[in-house]
Amino acid sequence: MICPSAAQLSSLELLGFGDCGWGATLVWGLTNSIMIALGAYALGFVIGVCGAFGKLYGGPVGRDLWAVYTTIVRAVPELVLILILYYAVPGLLNELLIRLGHARVELPQFLTGVVVLAFVQGAYQTEVLRGAILAVPHGQIEAARAMGMPPLLVAWRVIFPLMTANAVPGLGNLWLNATKDTALLAVIGFSELTKATQQASSTTKAFFTFYPAAMGLYLVISLVSILLFSRIEKWARRGQRDVRG
Amino acid sequence: MKEFLKPHRIVMALLALVLVVVCVVYLRWDWLAKPKYQALIVTGLIWTIGLTVSTMIIGMVLAIPIGLAQAAGPWYLAWPARMFCTVIRGTPLLMQLWLLYYGLGSLFPSIPWLKDSALWPILRQAWPYAVVALSLSVAGYEGEVMRGAFNGVPHGQLEAGRAMGMPAFTIFRRIWLPQALQRVLPTIGGETVLQLKATPLVSTITIFEIYRVAGQVRQDTFIIYEPLLLLAVIYMALTGLIVLMFRWFEGRTPTRTA
Repeated sequence: MICPSAAQLSSLELLGFGDCGWGATLVWGLTNSIMIALGAYALGFVIGVCGAFGKLYGGPVGRDLWAVYTTIVRAVPELVLILILYYAVPGLLNELLIRLGHARVELPQFLTGVVVLAFVQGAYQTEVLRGAILAVPHGQIEAARAMGMPPLLVAWRVIFPLMTANAVPGLGNLWLNATKDTALLAVIGFSELTKATQQASSTTKAFFTFYPAAMGLYLVISLVSILLFSRIEKWARRGQRDVRG
Repeated sequence: MKEFLKPHRIVMALLALVLVVVCVVYLRWDWLAKPKYQALIVTGLIWTIGLTVSTMIIGMVLAIPIGLAQAAGPWYLAWPARMFCTVIRGTPLLMQLWLLYYGLGSLFPSIPWLKDSALWPILRQAWPYAVVALSLSVAGYEGEVMRGAFNGVPHGQLEAGRAMGMPAFTIFRRIWLPQALQRVLPTIGGETVLQLKATPLVSTITIFEIYRVAGQVRQDTFIIYEPLLLLAVIYMALTGLIVLMFRWFEGRTPTRTA
């Protein structure tokens, strides 16, 4: 079907799912954004937990190495890190594969995006989790140790449950950052929501239809996330005395 | 100093030094000697620093009324201010930037009187859009911070001012604003670093700041990693500078610690 020029279509038709609408493109971009944010956040959380424990209990060398990681990542713009890692990770991997006598591989863009953003998220989550662990009353950990619990059991039974409430607000902010950081992948050509919006609007010239619509989608993600995290915080604080009395 | 120089730290410092030497010797840095690229790097640095400083200042000036409106304003001022902060903080900066640049950039040429006005040569360039987008972003984030700071000034201070018969604006100028600003000084330091890290986004709308310069070098010379490494080092140095500056700043403002 041949579409009429974009000027003749209404905003609703442009945003719709019909043959001339860009709705499917936007939804595809939104799904990509959310998937990447979720993947990066989860992987970043793993890095963050390792980093937080490494920074606190990792021995002198481990501590300094984690400090170098968090300092560098937090001082350099995400866009620069994304670009460096975007070229370095596949490059190094391929070099390694060739050395080992294998063929080159093309890393899927999605995976690279997730790993790169997770590397950035990991540094920030390390700091949030470290702060949360530090806020756990020291006597609790000492008591667990005095009972003869091995370190992993202390972490699982005492530190994790007690630190959750302290970590949730910071982790919530980082989740919002993760969703917004996916937009940076548009710069390296990944088709997430921002890139999809740019494509749709530059083809149809309907900038004031697509950008507000996409911003609305981001806002909905943010608002729903805020609601969700306040629920989680309430759950994490169950049993704690309310400060307001 | 003795605290810092433990044996393992000396080993790590030596390893880092070896890494730096290896990078200097084995990677290609000959392009740095060319005057063309040196000039580009200097202009790039000026753009990056200029954008960071100017948008921080403009954004803070906007953030003060936005924060005040949320903290003490009537509902018809507080509501729009809160909406503004939510929208700015809830959507990616890249998207705001592109909306302004592509959206307004396509809207303006269709307005006849604007095309004939003296503003047109400025509006045709990219930097006004960059400055507006970055400043609004600061205003949105800092507006929220300022709201907290205005609320955090002890009530007795303002009541004392009122009891002395000060007019409202004098109270604001002499008591409320200075104490609120002093409260947010450490936060603003962190936000300035974030702002510095946001400036590379404007390279997507053709502004030649330092990130874009590195891209240009990579395009011209087909050197992939070296310009990016230099870029990372430059941003780290600038971040360090900002942190040191704000530490000095904070040291100058007298605070009474209980």
